[in-house]
Amino acid sequence: MMALCVVAAGIGLAWLALILGALVYKGTAGLSLAVFTEMTPPPGEAGGLLNAIAGSLLMTIIAVVVGTPIGVLAGTYMAEYGRFSRITTVVRFINDILLSAPSIIIGLFVYELMVRPMGHFSAIAGAVALAILVIPVVVRTTEDMLNLVPNALREAGAAIGAPRWVVIRSVAYRAALSGIVTGILLAIARISGETAPLLFTALNNQFWSSNINAPMASLPVTIFQFALSPYEEWQQLAWTGALIITLTVLGLSILARSLTGRREDR
Amino acid sequence: MTQMLSPDMTMTETVAEKTKIEVKNLNFYYGQSKALKDISLSLPERSVTAFIGPSGCGKSTLLRVFNRIYELYPKQTAEGQVLLDGKNILDRSQDLNLLRTKIGMVFQKPTPFPMSIYENIAFGVRLYENLGKSEMDGRVEQALKRAALWSEVKDKLNASGLSLSGGQQQRLCIARTVAVKPEVILLDEPASALDPLSTAKIEELIDELQADYTIVIVTHNMQQAARVSRQTAFMYLGELVEFDRTEKIFTSPREKRTQDYITGRFG
Repeated sequence: MMALCVVAAGIGLAWLALILGALVYKGTAGLSLAVFTEMTPPPGEAGGLLNAIAGSLLMTIIAVVVGTPIGVLAGTYMAEYGRFSRITTVVRFINDILLSAPSIIIGLFVYELMVRPMGHFSAIAGAVALAILVIPVVVRTTEDMLNLVPNALREAGAAIGAPRWVVIRSVAYRAALSGIVTGILLAIARISGETAPLLFTALNNQFWSSNINAPMASLPVTIFQFALSPYEEWQQLAWTGALIITLTVLGLSILARSLTGRREDR
Repeated sequence: MTQMLSPDMTMTETVAEKTKIEVKNLNFYYGQSKALKDISLSLPERSVTAFIGPSGCGKSTLLRVFNRIYELYPKQTAEGQVLLDGKNILDRSQDLNLLRTKIGMVFQKPTPFPMSIYENIAFGVRLYENLGKSEMDGRVEQALKRAALWSEVKDKLNASGLSLSGGQQQRLCIARTVAVKPEVILLDEPASALDPLSTAKIEELIDELQADYTIVIVTHNMQQAARVSRQTAFMYLGELVEFDRTEKIFTSPREKRTQDYITGRFG
């Protein structure tokens, strides 16, 4: 039995090692300063990924800035004010569906909601699609983390005359802080690799653009386009871009892990 | 005539004392189930009253009515009257936060807030008073001294409240409660999670605090009730069986059920 488990674990890990190995081998080959300082090149020329990296960063930031407060407040409602109400059960169920909804559907939804009425693809539509992916992750972790805060602590807060919102802000949030931040980091990790929702919303852009009302490049969509192209320089940039995304997600996961680890130590 | 004039000493003693909390015909429900049945009793000011009885007898429930902390949860309702200085605190118009600044509470498990020792105390004070830095420092020091914790923590006020030992945490909670200057302090089995030494310290503290505060303590430890309280209420199955001076309850109770409980025949 144990041998079977070890073999299964080995097979699982082997794939991961192969993928990571190939990514590091092929990705680092094209890693240079130019990747971070030059725009995506036309076919057959050298260039970098600056506009794609900047686009990904910008859309991720907007998505997190929009999605996090909504997610945290909704999770707070569910864990604090509405803990015993039926609405919370309903919202939790719907949120779980949203959590596992294929991201391409979110992309199509935002396409209908924003891109069609506006008449063109835009970075802001991309950011909204990503925000919709952020919200359920943050709602879920916020609710779970606040539910882990012992009721005795809330009672103690109320017992010295603190109004409900002060107890939530100064006691419950503080006790659940590292968990909530972990949820936000995991949400960022999730959206930083998303391609499908951006294909329908932000599309792509060969050039530098900081106009959120116009199409904008992003790392995943650029990788998608370059990897499928017949040009060697583009393929190389796709490998490098994939390595950058993977390392970013890895870094975020390690950070999230170290935060939860610290909480468990206490 | 002379006989009528000679007063019963114990009677005058109780009459002369000011009543702080008066409970009148109190019933309490968890959903449909009745947890307190027609409770009436008067708690004198500046003295320690103990509630004893077996688990589930309603002693903690009764305590939790006094600051209406039960209202954090749905489907818990109280009927009847609880008068604090003659004013019914169960009245709908009663401001709950204000009530809880007057009636403080310390719980079974130490519950320091996830902040520094200093902040644990300043937090409650800051809610209703606007003090300068030095005044606040003074208030924190005074509260910690009152809780007999000052000498142990004065050099590490910025350390987390969670870094203290269980007994120290519980005294921090008492300091936090005292700092907001309440009139009544409710103690819900405050020493049951502590070692004997810490328990002794807490009991000593209760004894000192009764000079300034009306104290109500719930305990399942009868020796503790006998040691710290002046009057004791014995509760059983949601009813107040007997309420009298503590020596009386423990030496010559009126009721057979009280006698059985204190001699360890059940509970």
